[in-house]
This record gives sequence, structure tokens and C-alpha cells, in this order.
Amino acid sequence: MSIRERLSGNEAVATAMKQINPDVVAAFPITPSTEIPQYFSTFVANGAVDTEFVAVESEHSAMSACIGAEAAGARAMTATSANGLSLMWEMIYIASSLRLPIVMSLVNRAVSGPLNIHNDHSDAMGVRDSGWIMLFSENNQEAYDNTLMAHRIAEHKDVQLPLMVCQDGFITSHSIENIELEDDEFVKNFVGTYRPEHYLLNDKEPIAVGPLDLQAYLFEHKAQQADAMRNAKQVILDVSQEFEKLTGRKYGLFEEYKLDDAEIAIVCMNSTAGTTKFVVDSLRAKGIKAGLLKVRVFRPFPGEEITKALSHIKAIAVLDKADSLNGIGGALFEDVTSSMFVQNIHVPTVNYVYGIGGRDTTADQIESVYADLAEIAQTKNVGNPYRYLGLRKGDVK
Amino acid sequence: MENLIEIRWHGRGGQGAKTASLLLADAAFNTGKFIQGFPEYGPERMGAPITAYNRISDTPITIHSNIYEPDYVIVVDDTLLKAVNVTAGLKLTGAIIINTTKNFEELKPFLNDYAGSVYCIDARKISIEALGKYFPNTPMLAAIVKVSGIMSDEEFLKDMEGSFKHKFAKKPEVIDGNMKAISLALQAVKKVR
Repeated sequence: MSIRERLSGNEAVATAMKQINPDVVAAFPITPSTEIPQYFSTFVANGAVDTEFVAVESEHSAMSACIGAEAAGARAMTATSANGLSLMWEMIYIASSLRLPIVMSLVNRAVSGPLNIHNDHSDAMGVRDSGWIMLFSENNQEAYDNTLMAHRIAEHKDVQLPLMVCQDGFITSHSIENIELEDDEFVKNFVGTYRPEHYLLNDKEPIAVGPLDLQAYLFEHKAQQADAMRNAKQVILDVSQEFEKLTGRKYGLFEEYKLDDAEIAIVCMNSTAGTTKFVVDSLRAKGIKAGLLKVRVFRPFPGEEITKALSHIKAIAVLDKADSLNGIGGALFEDVTSSMFVQNIHVPTVNYVYGIGGRDTTADQIESVYADLAEIAQTKNVGNPYRYLGLRKGDVK
Repeated sequence: MENLIEIRWHGRGGQGAKTASLLLADAAFNTGKFIQGFPEYGPERMGAPITAYNRISDTPITIHSNIYEPDYVIVVDDTLLKAVNVTAGLKLTGAIIINTTKNFEELKPFLNDYAGSVYCIDARKISIEALGKYFPNTPMLAAIVKVSGIMSDEEFLKDMEGSFKHKFAKKPEVIDGNMKAISLALQAVKKVR
């Protein structure tokens, strides 16, 4: 039986962590994720969890401590944002290549510089090919649910990869909203006990973790990582299905919102998907066949499934909350369009870079994208595919 | 989002506008509503203009943007009237509630020809009388509940007592004062147009 509550996104994740009661949490404060280790440290102090909380001196150390703990055979979690994740960079790759199922809460924020504490997805996009599973969350509920499912996915024998749960900094992390919580006993049973196959503290099986890996084997090990990432897709679906059976809350690789009979569609992630649903509803009331595809699982990228879901659409806009500064378009746009191309599905598709540095994304802006799409659907002329949404022109020198 | 009410708070850093928006969200949540309470974070510092928001609805709220066409605006500090366009986008069917000792004629030049309802309350006087200190947010919270009719006075008083007991678990001596501030404010808020 779910518990009706109201929590911010950060409170929701901290609550999930309390209920998971991991062996180790190592974290360093950085806005807007600071509250997560802050709340968690009070749970430790109050005896609500028996976690070893390591108040490290940097994010590099936070990830290093998580790696050490997981390698030893413990369940480890951390939380960070933006430049904190940047400082973890070296260890992020080591965590995934050592196949350590660490779970991180990434509260998305713009990576400096110039300095900005507000939301965009530039932090997440910077580690998109680092071998971490990446789940995105529209609101506090999804941040909570994704965190509850995280260990089951990451620790699965076919996967054994670290996983990050993303949510939008401030927009959801600091917004109080309704949420359905599960009780402690449910979480304990659902998450289960961590039983790693190989671990350093197993005196029956002495192993080395992270030795030199040169021409003879690194290639094969990288291919195994890639296999594990591909395997994760089915495991995510299985875990999500079990979660749905128990809670009634449905999750897949992505959410299709009024997409079945849609003619024009937006693809986006995190909180903007909620605003887009609001716009879809108002356009539907006017008889406009608008739809939304909200990506939940960004890594592994469900290219085939997304292509199938979008193949009947007449014009698509992919919204990227990080500019890739590569001259060609944002990361989500590239993944969607290349997936469609290799499957020989050709739908006029444009990219909008939006919401950079916390620029508010309004319902009016989303509505303007659908208006553009209606025109593209009619004329079949994409024009400039690399566009901006909500960018001021003329007054910035 | 049926019966959606959107509220914008204008205050200065340190006056508790954010806390008031969260308390309002709490109170509405306790009456069974779907709620959002969120501040617009800027360069946080004491005295700087800040904005906070509430959405209150009978059905789930999916929209995640700031509020540009609020039903109600609450001005926690009347010196903001000169600095901020507080009536921007405010619906004519709604109202603005101002913490002030000024009369309507004095306020009028700062309301940008807003033609909807205007309410005033002297939150300073109430706060000093009830708490001995100036915390305008509790009286303003009571004022918006009264003006918007989100819940009855009785429901609100009962709920706030519970909230304060929780919030001030370590400072129980301020609970009575805050409850008094709320009771006084529910009576004191007056429609001036």
C-alpha cells in the first residue's frame, strides 16, 4: 500500500536511499544535490540506517570511496551535480570498467563555465559514453522509483554496471510535490541483499581488481562492457515490470504520451516532459494530433524501440537541454536520428537546444515547437535542423 | 489540472517567502490537493528580491515551469512595489495581497493599472504583536488562505498547529505566537478594492 506524501525531488531520493540502507555512502556537497547527502547524514546520525557515511574531501574521493567499497563487496551510493561529476571523471570510467554497480543520484546542473548553478543536462551528457546506465526522471516520483529499481538493474549478473538516476536541478530537486512512497519493508524486499559474485573481501577467492590491461585483453574487456550495456535493456524492462506489478506504477524504456495516433511529436527528457504533456493536452483539445516520447533510459539507448514508436510521425522535434557545441546538434538528437537512419526510417526531424543554464522552459515555448512541426509536416521542409528554443537574440554582446 | 490555482510570492531574501510557499503547499496537500511549492533561486542573499510559486489542483500537476499568469500575487514587502513589476501577468479574476500600511491611493501608482482585487494587511503589526519580532511570512500565509478560499479558516488553523508542532519541534515556545499571528491575520486582511 503506497503512502501519500509530499516531498521535493532531493527528499524523495534521500528517502529512497534511507529505505535501501546501503552499506556505504560517500559524497561531497554541491548545489543542487547537496541536500541528498545532507538528509542522508541525519539518517545516519539518528540511527535510521546503518550505512557507513564517508564525508570525503572531494568528488574524486567520493567516487573512489564508492569504488573501493563496491570492490570490497559492499553496496555503495553517492550523489552529485555538474562540476562535482566533472571532478569524478577519471573514476567514473574506472567504476564502469571494473563492473562495479555503484548507484549515483545526479541532480542535473550546468557544467561551468561561466559559473551557473541552475539546471541543464550538460553534466549528464558529458558522461553519456562512460559505461554508466542512465535513467532520467520527470519528477520526484520518478526519481524515487528509479532509485528503488537502480540496484536491481545495476547488480544483475547480466549487467554489473554502475547506474545514475538523473533529475532536473531545482526544477524537481527543490520543488515540493505529491508523491506515492512505498513502505520500508517493501523496499527492503524489493531491493534485496547484495551478493556479488567476486569481491575483494572474499577470503575463499583471492582476486585482483583493476590491474594492468594492455593489448592482449583490454579490447575484449571493453566489448564485454558494451555487451553488458546492451543486456541492461532487457533487465530494465524485467525489473520495471515487476515494479509495476507491485506498485501499479508503469515504467518502460520510454513513455509514449498520446503518441499512438500523433502526427507531430516531441522527444525530450526529465521535467520538460511534464510541461510538454500539459501542452499536448491543450493542443489535443483543439484537435491537433500532438504527442510526446519521453526518454527514461538514455543509456543503453533504446534506438530500435524509439524508431518503431516514432516511425508513423510526420515531423519530430528532439529537445536537447545541453548544446553539444559540435556544429551538428545535441546528443539526444544525434542518437534519435542515427537510430532512425540505420533502420531506414526517414521522418523530417529537427533539434532544439533549450533551457541552458536554467533558462525557464515555458508551455508557450513548447507550443511554438509544435507549431513549427505542424508546418514541417505540411511542407516536408526541415529548413535549419539545429535550432534554439528560448534563446534571446540581439541583446547579448 | 482541474481547478488549478497558481500563486506567485514576491519577498526579500530572509523574510521567509519560500518557507511560506512550502507551508501553503503543505496545508493544501493536507486537504487532499495536488500541490507544487518551489522557489525561483537566484543569487541568494539577504534583502534581495526573491520569487516563489505555488500550484494547487484537484488533479495531478505535470507542468514544470515558472508561473507567468498567476491567479494570486503576494507581496511580502511593499518596498518591492518600486523594484519589481509585481502585477505582471496577474489575472483580473484574481487578486494581489500586499503587506503594507499604505492606503489604496498610495499603492495605486505601483500597480500598473491592475484592475482586479487588491487586499492589504499590516503583517508587521501582527507579527510584532504575536511574536515580538518581524516575521511577515506567517501572516501573509494566512492572508492568501483567507483571500483564495483554498480551505476554511478552521481547517487551516488545525492544520497549521500540526505543521508548527513538527516544524518547531525544537522551539516549542514560538508555536503559540505563530498560531496567534495566523488568527490575527485571518481577521486583519482587508479588501481595499
